[in-house]
Amino acid sequence: MQELKDHTDTMGAGVGETLAPEGPESSSHRMTLNMGPQHPSTHGVLRVVLELDGEIILSAVPDIGFLHTGIEKECEVKTWQQVVTLTDRVDYLSNLANNLVYALTVEKLIGDIEIPAKAQWLRVMMCELSRIQSHLVWLGTHALDIGAMSIFFYCFREREEILKILEMFSGQRMMTSYIRIGGVALDAPRGWQKAIGTFINGFPSKVDEYENLLNANPIWTQRTQGVGQASVEELIDLGVSGPMARAAGINWDVRKSEPYSSYEKFDFTVPVYTSNDVWGRYRVRMEEMRQSARIVKQALEGMPEGDFQANAPGIVLPEREKMKTQMEALIYHFKIVTEGFRVPAGEAYVCVESPRGEIGYYIVSNGTSKPYRVFMRTPSFGNLQALPALLEGRLLADSIAALGSMDFVLGDVDR
Amino acid sequence: MLSETLQSHPSVLAISARLPEAMEDGHCDRDEATLIIRPAQIVNVCRLLKDEEGYGRLSGLTAVDWHPADPRFEVIYLLHSLAKNSRLRLKCRVTEAECQIDSITSVWRAANWYEREVFDLFGIGFRNHPDLRRLMMPTDWEGHPLRKDYPVHGYKYSYPNE
Repeated sequence: MQELKDHTDTMGAGVGETLAPEGPESSSHRMTLNMGPQHPSTHGVLRVVLELDGEIILSAVPDIGFLHTGIEKECEVKTWQQVVTLTDRVDYLSNLANNLVYALTVEKLIGDIEIPAKAQWLRVMMCELSRIQSHLVWLGTHALDIGAMSIFFYCFREREEILKILEMFSGQRMMTSYIRIGGVALDAPRGWQKAIGTFINGFPSKVDEYENLLNANPIWTQRTQGVGQASVEELIDLGVSGPMARAAGINWDVRKSEPYSSYEKFDFTVPVYTSNDVWGRYRVRMEEMRQSARIVKQALEGMPEGDFQANAPGIVLPEREKMKTQMEALIYHFKIVTEGFRVPAGEAYVCVESPRGEIGYYIVSNGTSKPYRVFMRTPSFGNLQALPALLEGRLLADSIAALGSMDFVLGDVDR
Repeated sequence: MLSETLQSHPSVLAISARLPEAMEDGHCDRDEATLIIRPAQIVNVCRLLKDEEGYGRLSGLTAVDWHPADPRFEVIYLLHSLAKNSRLRLKCRVTEAECQIDSITSVWRAANWYEREVFDLFGIGFRNHPDLRRLMMPTDWEGHPLRKDYPVHGYKYSYPNE
């Protein structure tokens, strides 16, 4: 059994008296609590076995795998283009980041394929909208867990607008499969500027609205500040990435450090906080929503003209109209749909910044029309490993706030 | 023989200077450096790269099954240095007969779950791992699903109509 860390002095005045009374023997008030897999604040099917001493968590052992669907195995029997639809279902709140990283990795393996500027900008714009959407779900549910009910409705009001835009572009609200190998699935629809413009011009004031509800709320600040802390070295050692790392003062964002899909052409800042607690993660994500809105606005104003797909007939499906008039287009379509295209043998690892952190795909090709191995380095999996470090020695009630602040998606953890 | 880019790679120089026997081979594919390490030396190499070359993060760890080739498995280590903003990939070839390798959880704690996942889905053991249990599959599961000789539908069920 691990030595009990004493954090009672950081819990604020009066908290010590409210704890469960100590029993006559130290063993009598120890208990094992099984939290999940159906606990509402685990946002999916996460089970955490908590060893408690009164209300203090002695040890927390996460148990995952309840949502394991074998996606990595299934990728090996699908053609390269078919796998795009599987990547949607890994992290179902930020599926565009998954689509993008898969497409980028396969494009790197293919090598000689040039993605037109418009496709790259559309990818960036949609990924940032999806980031805002994901953060809105996080904020709404996290606040709901901690006890701030109304914020949930405001967040989902704006999220609905984004889902409508995603549907307008791809035909789907959530499982968009919008980013394909070689570009994007469809060109921007008629009237897209107006739809995005209306949303994105009004959005920053909505973020102010959320902050008005939360920032000065004493319950919110007390339940988030100083809660769920772990040392920076520990977090790096445990492989944490994304907003969790940036709230711990690590100035690292894949969009800046290893720019992809023209991110270097956009002007945005990476918010970094040093408080390293639930509050810091909240501040980072709120600021990220503002920055994402800035990126979307730049993409809206500077969207280049041109094709939305690469000129690669063997890889990108031909237009429907061409199939009716051109023999070659029909042949290519038939070949791509029936046997798929071949990707040169080799291996590649590409990562992008998803709303949760570094999402990377390591793909091995053996030169056939199906991937030989797809390894998904998912941010939720990496971040969730840090859970015991955030919980142990703390109050049981704080575990809900700490869990929520990590913003994991169980589909992303279990794959 | 190593390519020129790899010969001047600082981490390659550090490994050849300090652990001359550790590196089997290496290649640079699509601007990504891969070093093939002898399995017996993996902990030493990882410790060296973390302490002296600044690879503070283990970004991921996985395996590839090359069935029926021998050595059958490759264990892949994806290293990331925040300070140098660089990535490095290590590979260890593991034979089916041995099917074990030393755990690197003593170097990066992040390796814990990744090694458990590889143990679960590929059946590769990790010596000195603190808690080597199945991670994704149920504890009483038979077989290792990501092996190439494991059918996509599993062993237990048959689908006569297909």
